[in-house]
Amino acid sequence: MTTGMLLSESDKTPDPGAPLRTRLSGFLARLGDPLFYGLTLCCAASIIVITGCLVYQLYAHSAEARHTLGWGFLTSQEWNPVSGEFGALPFVFGTVVTSILAILIATPLGVGTAIFLAEMAPRRLSNIMAFLVDLLAAVPSVIYGLLGIFLLVPLLNSTVVPPMQRVLGFLPIFSGSFYGVSLFSASLVLVIMVVPFIVSISREVLLAVPVEQREASYALGSTHWETVWKVVLPHARRGIYASVFLGLARALGETMAVTMVIGNTPQIAKSLFAPGYTIAAVIANEFTEATGSLYLSALIELGLVLFGITIVINGLARLLILATTRGLQHG
Amino acid sequence: MATMATDLTQETSVLPEQDEKRDTRPEVIALADNIRIQDDVPRFDIRSQCLPTIIRAEKFSVYYGKKVGVKDITMDICSRSVTAIIGPSGCGKSTFLRSINRMNDLIPIARAEGALYVNGVNAYDRRVDLVNLRQRVGMVFQKANPFPKSIYDNVAYGPRLQGVRGRALDDLVESCLRDAALWDEVKYSLGKSALALSGGQQQRLCIARALATKPQVLLMDEPCSALDPIATAKIEELIAGLKHAYTIVIVTHNMQQAARVSDRTAFFCLGELIEYGDTRAIFTKPSRKQTEDYVTGRFG
Amino acid sequence: MGNLLWRRMTNAVMFSMTLMCALGVVGVLFFIFGYLFWNGGRYVNWDFFTRLPAPVGESGGGMANAIIGSAKLLLLATLVGAPIGFLGGIYLAEFGGKTFPFFVRYVTDLLNGVPSIVIGIFAYAVVVLRVRHFSAWAGGFALGIMMIPIALRSTEEFLRQVPTSLREGALALGATRWQMILTVVVPAAMRGILSGMMLDIARVAGETAPLLFTSFGNRFWSEGFDKPTASLPVMIFTYAIGPYDDWHRQAWAAGFVLLAMVFMFNITSRLLISWRRTR
Ligand SMILES: Nc1ncnc2c1ncn2[C@@H]1O[C@H](COP(=O)(O)OP(=O)(O)OP(=O)(O)O)[C@@H](O)[C@H]1O
Ligand SMILES: [Mg+2]
Repeated sequence: MTTGMLLSESDKTPDPGAPLRTRLSGFLARLGDPLFYGLTLCCAASIIVITGCLVYQLYAHSAEARHTLGWGFLTSQEWNPVSGEFGALPFVFGTVVTSILAILIATPLGVGTAIFLAEMAPRRLSNIMAFLVDLLAAVPSVIYGLLGIFLLVPLLNSTVVPPMQRVLGFLPIFSGSFYGVSLFSASLVLVIMVVPFIVSISREVLLAVPVEQREASYALGSTHWETVWKVVLPHARRGIYASVFLGLARALGETMAVTMVIGNTPQIAKSLFAPGYTIAAVIANEFTEATGSLYLSALIELGLVLFGITIVINGLARLLILATTRGLQHG
Repeated sequence: MATMATDLTQETSVLPEQDEKRDTRPEVIALADNIRIQDDVPRFDIRSQCLPTIIRAEKFSVYYGKKVGVKDITMDICSRSVTAIIGPSGCGKSTFLRSINRMNDLIPIARAEGALYVNGVNAYDRRVDLVNLRQRVGMVFQKANPFPKSIYDNVAYGPRLQGVRGRALDDLVESCLRDAALWDEVKYSLGKSALALSGGQQQRLCIARALATKPQVLLMDEPCSALDPIATAKIEELIAGLKHAYTIVIVTHNMQQAARVSDRTAFFCLGELIEYGDTRAIFTKPSRKQTEDYVTGRFG
Repeated sequence: MGNLLWRRMTNAVMFSMTLMCALGVVGVLFFIFGYLFWNGGRYVNWDFFTRLPAPVGESGGGMANAIIGSAKLLLLATLVGAPIGFLGGIYLAEFGGKTFPFFVRYVTDLLNGVPSIVIGIFAYAVVVLRVRHFSAWAGGFALGIMMIPIALRSTEEFLRQVPTSLREGALALGATRWQMILTVVVPAAMRGILSGMMLDIARVAGETAPLLFTSFGNRFWSEGFDKPTASLPVMIFTYAIGPYDDWHRQAWAAGFVLLAMVFMFNITSRLLISWRRTR
């Protein structure tokens, strides 16, 4: 029995009854920690490598388009691959318009629902509804496209849009003839896809507002709504903004459902009832048919643009979330 | 104490100067002849009363960032006896206990200074193998923390790490459960989840689990604080039984408990060791005013 | 402002409006689920599961190849995404320092927000351009990349919920760090981690965009993983925008099957978690 047994060099077990740790297993056990650490570190770092690779690939493979077309790519309205004209503006326009319109409709709807679920509904009901809303968020987008084509478009065509046009048709944004597939239809599909995000996150931040805040407000004689409006919502506002930004990012990048109902026409129309095109949709539709390297390269540059837009929006959302959690720590 | 004496031959003499491997290290040599005791603490002859020493703290301090956990602790803990650590809340009892098997390494801001010898080796030496140290120095926590596994797997956890398998493992599990006075209650349900046990049973399971790695030292941090009197009595009985084979260091808030189970008692206050000595002496004629106030209940 | 009646009315009106929002959302929700299950369920038949697609223009046939194809793609995706996410999550939860893990988390969230079509381009550039043909490998790679962020973050989250006392308990028994993680921490969080992985699979199971130009599609069986491979979502897309009524019916049927699959994963995952809580 040696008193030096705690030192790693001498690996003898002092108690004769205790099993001897063999040299090999002791060696392995000691090597295990750095190995395991290295393995997990590699996996964590691979995220950064992958994301870096992704950016690099987009950048590298869009080189031809960037060099040939320059900044004119972003400002040109003409998209005619046959004659070699590549202008991204109609796609950027369609992407931005449909997403913003969707977010404008979805935000009040989503936040209203979240307020109802957090403030009025009994907790049990609220939980069940939250579960259903989460399921709604899990529905694949291609299925929303299916619903869009066969349900929403005919419905809009027959019963919704004609009366709207009768009343509001004098406004340019509601003018023109309506074929069913349009920026408007795409926005509506996006609304359905984005609302679950907003409801689910907003509900959670609303529920996380401390009870003391509410009590303080009631104690000053506020009505329930005044409490919600003046105390709860401001307290939760960053989280709600974040949910809206996340929804926006999803809407911007959404491909399938939009492709199926937007009409796929590269134009910048005044009317919401006219067909349009989005970045994601044109990539989905034309990528496999792209003949010629410039065409493919232009599509990949479109991907790069889309990536840039969503990164900015997502980054903003993350910063907001970060600020929220910081705020909570201080509060 | 009597049983201790009979065991002396078997126990290694652990004073550092007898360590062949390490006798070249200057600080060890220094330590050997220069066992310092805080001046105002009553002197006791460590060698006569307390041989063999298994744990020795030498000017040992732990800091959490800038905050003091324990400061300048110098004390010897004797083998095969029960040492109680008492003191008001926040005085660093857990900190000291946890630094004996270096559990404080898990706290990023914690930092140790000075030396703490376990079996004559500075546990804070860079070359110390933590795994080995912790196998030697087992620990039972304030709150029972059984793994969410079966009762058997809980006890078998440590031995399995050391490569014990099969029949030998079964026997070991049984004997440890017997030692922890739990066997009769669980012998038909070894496969059941440990979380289904009562609090007291869980704590005894954790003791059995710690015994299964065959440690020399068992650290217990308020092991009874969450238990009712009956479970507490069982664990105290257990401690009394275990002390013939193990060195036990127990932190407790319960003065009666310290008086009942321990051979020696250390009184901590504000991170410092105020008084350390024979339990009977500490409780009957403490030499420091602070100690007297505390043990008679006139203090925080 | 001071008028109590006015304030009460605002209160009532605003809350009725939130109620209407909620009813609207829930109404749409039930309508969608109902319509999908009714309309899709109607067209599901035995042929759908057992037969290949009929030649273009003829009616009948099924999507057996797409079902198998989807399964293959998900298998590949899980093999790529789950281990990386799992081990990366362990790193974040157990070995976290300060700056680097923060950076990893941030990038993970960004990657999670990258549009799936862009991931498709990435997989195209990395795999398809290299081997010069579409394959299940490429599709599985794309889906796998999409799985990593959620696998990683959910693993991290559930590991963090394991109490420190269990870690201390294991270390105090002389376990090394990796032994502690693999034998105590991970098993304690296993249900949560599994449920996170299932949600993750459910999410990528319905992805169409990244498959369009990676695994492409196929009207026949594709052997192995090196051929263009059919998948349910791509089939739905192709059939839905196709000109034949029979294709539309089959698209609904496929939508029904896909949705049923996604919901099954979702609900199982939730059951796993709630079981964990009640234990
Ligand atoms: N993880 C930590 N980080 C920072 N400070 C700590 C930490 N743990 C303990 N401390 C500080 O160290 C001092 C001693 O704490 P310790 O837990 O050792 O006290 P204790 O005597 O065990 O108290 P109790 O009887 O309440 O368990 C306290 O001032 C405490 O605030
Ligand atoms: Mg303590």
